[in-house]
Amino acid sequence: MVNISNLSFSYTPLQTLSFPSLSLRKGEHCLLLGESGSGKTTLLHLLGGLLRGYSGNLQLNNTELRSLSESELDKFRGRNIGFIFQKNHLISALSVEKNIWMAPYLAGIPIDHNSTHEVLKELGLVEKLSSEVTEISQGQAQRVAIARAVVNHPAVILADEPTSALDDKNCERVINLLLDVATRHNSTLVIATHDQRLKNKIDKHISL
Amino acid sequence: MNIVILVWSYLKSKPLNTVLNIVLLALGITVITVLLLFNKQLEEKITSNAKGIDLVVGAKGSPLQLILCNIFHIDFPTGNINLKEAELIAKNRLIKKAIPLALGDSYQAYRIIGTNKEYAELYQAELSQGDWWSKDMEVTLGANVADALKFSVGDKFESTHGLTQGGHAHEDQKFIVKGIFKSSNSVLDNLILTNVESIWHVHEEHGEGEAPDSIRQQDTTFIPSKLIPTHPAGDSTKEITSLLIHYRSPMAAIQLPRFINGKSSMQAASPAFETARLFSILGVGVNILMSFAYVLIFISALSIFIALYNSLKERRYDLAVMRSMGASRSKLFITVLAEGSTLTCIGSLVGLVLAHGILIVLAGVVEETRKAGISGVIFYREEWIILAGSLFLGILCALLPAIQAYRTDISKVLAGN
Repeated sequence: MVNISNLSFSYTPLQTLSFPSLSLRKGEHCLLLGESGSGKTTLLHLLGGLLRGYSGNLQLNNTELRSLSESELDKFRGRNIGFIFQKNHLISALSVEKNIWMAPYLAGIPIDHNSTHEVLKELGLVEKLSSEVTEISQGQAQRVAIARAVVNHPAVILADEPTSALDDKNCERVINLLLDVATRHNSTLVIATHDQRLKNKIDKHISL
Repeated sequence: MNIVILVWSYLKSKPLNTVLNIVLLALGITVITVLLLFNKQLEEKITSNAKGIDLVVGAKGSPLQLILCNIFHIDFPTGNINLKEAELIAKNRLIKKAIPLALGDSYQAYRIIGTNKEYAELYQAELSQGDWWSKDMEVTLGANVADALKFSVGDKFESTHGLTQGGHAHEDQKFIVKGIFKSSNSVLDNLILTNVESIWHVHEEHGEGEAPDSIRQQDTTFIPSKLIPTHPAGDSTKEITSLLIHYRSPMAAIQLPRFINGKSSMQAASPAFETARLFSILGVGVNILMSFAYVLIFISALSIFIALYNSLKERRYDLAVMRSMGASRSKLFITVLAEGSTLTCIGSLVGLVLAHGILIVLAGVVEETRKAGISGVIFYREEWIILAGSLFLGILCALLPAIQAYRTDISKVLAGN
């Protein structure tokens, strides 16, 4: 599902980040560990096609990302990848339901109301469907963000520091939720974090 | 989920901003549209009212006044002209048609015009009730007059002297309504037509009246006047207000006015020339109002631009997250453009509706507006241009913010938290 070898990326000609090789099967999960500035986010953005212009090999779902044009990459990202950020970045002008609909709309996939509803049910958000995102709690907002990431059934879910700002109890809840959802949708989950509490939740670790 | 819901949600999330922008633009568009509707209709009315009249001959005075009085029936007469002199002019071979008008009386501020059938035919008048006037003291009413005064065929009324309400009443002579015209959307709708003799009749000193029609026509030496066939020609004691002239050939336009203005005690004024002059005088006021409207539109455009520009700064993360969900650069670009043009389109639609509403209310409340035949339920092709223009304005305002959205570096924005 994910194949990385000889991957490196330069923000400036003098500063090159190199990444270890990595290979993940479908449904296999992985932690990218490292301190701030070690390149976790860079690797995550490369995997998600948010950054282009790398050297080496980077294949997702058997597609070498470099071979895609920018608009093909946008499409590929919409259909194959779900993002979860440390902050939820919900679109505050839209209701909970419409925030979720944004994922298929922007990816150019017809909106399947049944499957959207199913995902919302899994995450216990059914009662909040038409609430404004400014009115719901932090925990609920995080669940909306997770729902938005998985509603298109992506092959890969990329999470950037999803738990760093949370206390132990909420950290436990969120990581369990993520693993649960990823497993149910048979998606590969890659989490970039410096949060040591996640180490015993996922076996495969890559240190940067 | 689609672009309409998305754009609408963004507009709804900042209601005050959205309303301010819409109101600003709507006001500008309203002023422009009201001016457009008013000007256009006035121009159309003026040309249709002056159709078939090449020249107005009347007493010396202001030529504009002569036109306003005798064609549009809004100003007062410049004075009277002698019937004998008028007949001399009417005989000119360059003239195809000369229609006499005798003003001086009114009823409830509606003017009574002494004339002949040819005058009504200028406006393709058709009867809706009754008949044309034929004898002295018989009148045919314009549609608005009959409507406003609730007159029907057979009703009698006393005219008052002068053209405004509250004049001295001619109590002994009563006019009788013989017929009512269909609305012709012209000045005729607001007039009461009768023959010239009736106007003379109500102004004669009692007891000195001329012999009745029947006796006049039995006179063997009777040569009918060219203008008023029931009256003998060459009567220099009788007066009329003006003569409306239709030329036989274009040559007349060069010779006649010069001849009348130079060689007679009367003056000739051209409706086309005087109305053009009137419009150029009015034009100053219209231009000031127009500039005011353009300033309003410019301010609203600036306000829309600033609102979009600022909201895009707040929405940097929204844009980046949308890209991470698969939105292409061009999709974001189009979304921002759509937001700007939706604002301006709503603004101009509100403006157009408001403008028509104002004219509908004006036509209902202000009698002068109704008399001038200005209506709010009339639409011009130019309004499409206003709509298209505001769409373009919206795109223009949103262009820079949209380019900003297009250029968003998603990785940088998302890593920046």
